[in-house]
Amino acid sequence: MAEIQDDFERAADPALSTRPGYYGGFGGRFVPEPLMAALEELDYALQGVCEDPVFRRELERLLRDFAGRPTPLYHARNMSREAGGAAIYLKREDLCHTGSHKLNNSLGQCLLASHMGKSRVIAETGAGQHGVACATAAALLGLECEVYMGEVDIERQAMNVFRMELLGARVIPVGTGSRTLKDSVNAALRDWVENVRTTHYCMGSVVGPHPFPAMVRRFQSVIGVETLEQFDEVEGRLPDIVVACVGGGSNSIGIFSPFIGKGPTLVGIEAGGVGSSPGEHGGSLCLGDVGVLHGAMSYLLQDEDGQVAETHSVSAGLDYPGVGPEHAYLKENGLATYELVGDDEALEAALFLTRGEGILPALESAHAVAYARRTAETLGPDKRIVVCLSGRGDKDIDTLRERFG
Amino acid sequence: MSNRLMEMFENVRGRRGVLIAYATGGFPDMASSREVILAMLDAGADAVEIGIPFSDPVMDGPVIQSASCDALSRGATPAGMLELAAGVREQAKKPVLLMTYFNPVFRYGLENFAADAVLCGVDGVVIPDLPAEEMGPWKAASDAARLATVPFCSVTTSLERIDLISTMATGFIYCVSLLGTTGVRKSVSPELGPFLERVRERTDAPLAVGLGISTPEQCAEVGRYADGVIVGSALVREVAGSGGDLAGLREMVRGMSGALIGICSSM
Repeated sequence: MAEIQDDFERAADPALSTRPGYYGGFGGRFVPEPLMAALEELDYALQGVCEDPVFRRELERLLRDFAGRPTPLYHARNMSREAGGAAIYLKREDLCHTGSHKLNNSLGQCLLASHMGKSRVIAETGAGQHGVACATAAALLGLECEVYMGEVDIERQAMNVFRMELLGARVIPVGTGSRTLKDSVNAALRDWVENVRTTHYCMGSVVGPHPFPAMVRRFQSVIGVETLEQFDEVEGRLPDIVVACVGGGSNSIGIFSPFIGKGPTLVGIEAGGVGSSPGEHGGSLCLGDVGVLHGAMSYLLQDEDGQVAETHSVSAGLDYPGVGPEHAYLKENGLATYELVGDDEALEAALFLTRGEGILPALESAHAVAYARRTAETLGPDKRIVVCLSGRGDKDIDTLRERFG
Repeated sequence: MSNRLMEMFENVRGRRGVLIAYATGGFPDMASSREVILAMLDAGADAVEIGIPFSDPVMDGPVIQSASCDALSRGATPAGMLELAAGVREQAKKPVLLMTYFNPVFRYGLENFAADAVLCGVDGVVIPDLPAEEMGPWKAASDAARLATVPFCSVTTSLERIDLISTMATGFIYCVSLLGTTGVRKSVSPELGPFLERVRERTDAPLAVGLGISTPEQCAEVGRYADGVIVGSALVREVAGSGGDLAGLREMVRGMSGALIGICSSM
C-alpha cells in the first residue's frame, strides 16, 4: 500500500505556513493552561510517528487488513442516469470497517496514544460513529476507552451506544447544555484537563486546538489520496467537482486534501436543517460568524453576545455549531465553497440512493448525495462529480422509518 | 498594573495572604448577585472576581456550570455583567476582576471590552481559555486601557512557558496546582509548594492560587506559598443553597479571610 506511505507527505498542510497551528487567521490553541503541555507533547509525538517507518507500516497494515482499505470508488450509473447530466462517482467510505470514515482517524490516534504510553483514550460522539470507531480501535489495541455522548444523542442513536458497550467502552451520558455533540466535547475536554497525564483525547473531527485539526486531516487524507489515484485510473484526469458533507469537517477535509488548489471545485455541504433561523440548522460556514469554540478560532453559530447557539439537523453528525479551522480558511480564500442542504432534501436523497443504487447512506452523507443529484442535472455528460459517501445508514433506520415507513 | 490590584498585594505583603472571592454574575439573579458580591467584600474578601456566564464553560466544574446556566436562562449578558461591576464599584473600593471565556470578549471586540471594563471600574480580566501564546492582542487592548491581564500557569507548564506567561502578566498569575476543573476538593495538591517555587523563581508578578480551595484550613495551607487565594465553587454552592440568607456566606468568607491572617508566603 505504497500510496498510504506517500499520504503523509502529500497531506502536509500548505495552509500551515503563517504561524504554527494556524490556517491564515483560523485555528490556534484556545484552551485552559493545563492542556497546553499535553498539546505540545501530542504535537511532538505526532511529528515523531510521521517520520517513524515502524509506526507508518503498522498503520498501513491496520488500514488495509483491519479497516478494509482502500475503499472502492464506485461509478453510480443508475443515479447518474436518473439525475440526467454529469457522471457521479461515490467514494465508498461506508464500506470501511465500522461503517464510516471515522475509523481512519481513530486507528491513527489510538495507535499514536499507544506509542505515547497512554493507557486510556476518551472521545466525544454525536451520531455514535466516532465513538464506535474509537471503541473499536481501543479494543484492538488494548486501551481503556470512555466515550462522552449527549443524552439527546444517546436516545436517538441507541444502537451505537450498545455497540460501544459491546466493544468494552464505557458510554458516559452528558446532561449539560443542549445535551448533544457540543456538550460532549466540553465534557471530554474537562475530563482531559483532569486526566491529561494518562489519557489521550481522541478527537473525532478536524476541530479543536492545534494539532488536532492537522492530525485528523493527516489521518483522513487517505480518502482523498485514494480517490485521486482511483479516479485517475478510470478517467485519466481530475474530477470537476468533489463534494462532501461538513459537520466538524473531517471526511470533507480528507477527500479535499489532495485536490485543494488543483482545479476541481470543492463543495462542502452543511446541514440546512428546517430553516435559516437560529436553532434550525447547522450551517456554521454558511450562516455563522468568526469566533472561538472548543479551542480554535473558526466560524461558529452564536448569538450577539458570543453565546454558542443551538443547532438542528436530522443527522446527529452535522448537528454541531462549529467547524474545523481549515474549512474557514478554505472558505475565506475561495479554495472551497459551502452550501446548505436541508433535512427533507437529504432524506429524499437517502431514499433515492437506496432505491436507485442499492446503497443506504448515512443521513450525513445523504446531504452530499442530494447536492450531487441537484447539480448533476445542470451539467453536461462530460462532467464528473465525486461524492464522499462518508458512512452507511443502518444507524438511521429509525429516522427513515419515521419518515418513509 | 491597576493601582487597586497593586495596592492590594502590597498592603498585605509579609502580613497575610489576600482572599479573592468568586461569584457567578447574575446568580441567583441580578439584584441578589450584587448583594452577594458586596457581602463577600464586607466580610473580608480583598477582591472579587465576577464570572460572566458562558454557554460552554470548559474550565468549570458542575457547581459553576450550573450557576452559569441558571444566570444565562435569566438573561445574563456581558453588557449586564459590566453594569453589575459598575454597581459594585459604586459601593466598594476593593479590586474588581471579571472572569470570562474568550468568545464573549472577542465578540464584544477586544478594545471595546477593555475600555468598557475600565469605565465600569474593573481592574483586571481573567480568561481561562486564553493561554499566553494567544494572549498578544488581548494584552495590547488591556495595556491600552490600563486594565490588568491575569494569565494562567499550571503544574504542567514548562519552564520556558512560565517565562512567556510572566511577560503576559500585568496583574498577577493565576496558578493552578491540581489538574481538573473548578470545584471543591478534599485536600490541597502535594505538588503545590514545588510548583509555586518554580514559578516564583522566574517572575516578579504576584501569585494567586485557585481551583479546589474550599475551607479556611486549605486557604491557610495555600497562603504559606502564594500571595493570594481564589475561592469559587465553595462560595457559589453556599449562595445556591442559602435561599437568600447571606449570613452563612459572610461567615464562610470571614472564616477564610481570618485563616489567612498571619499567613504569608515564605518564598
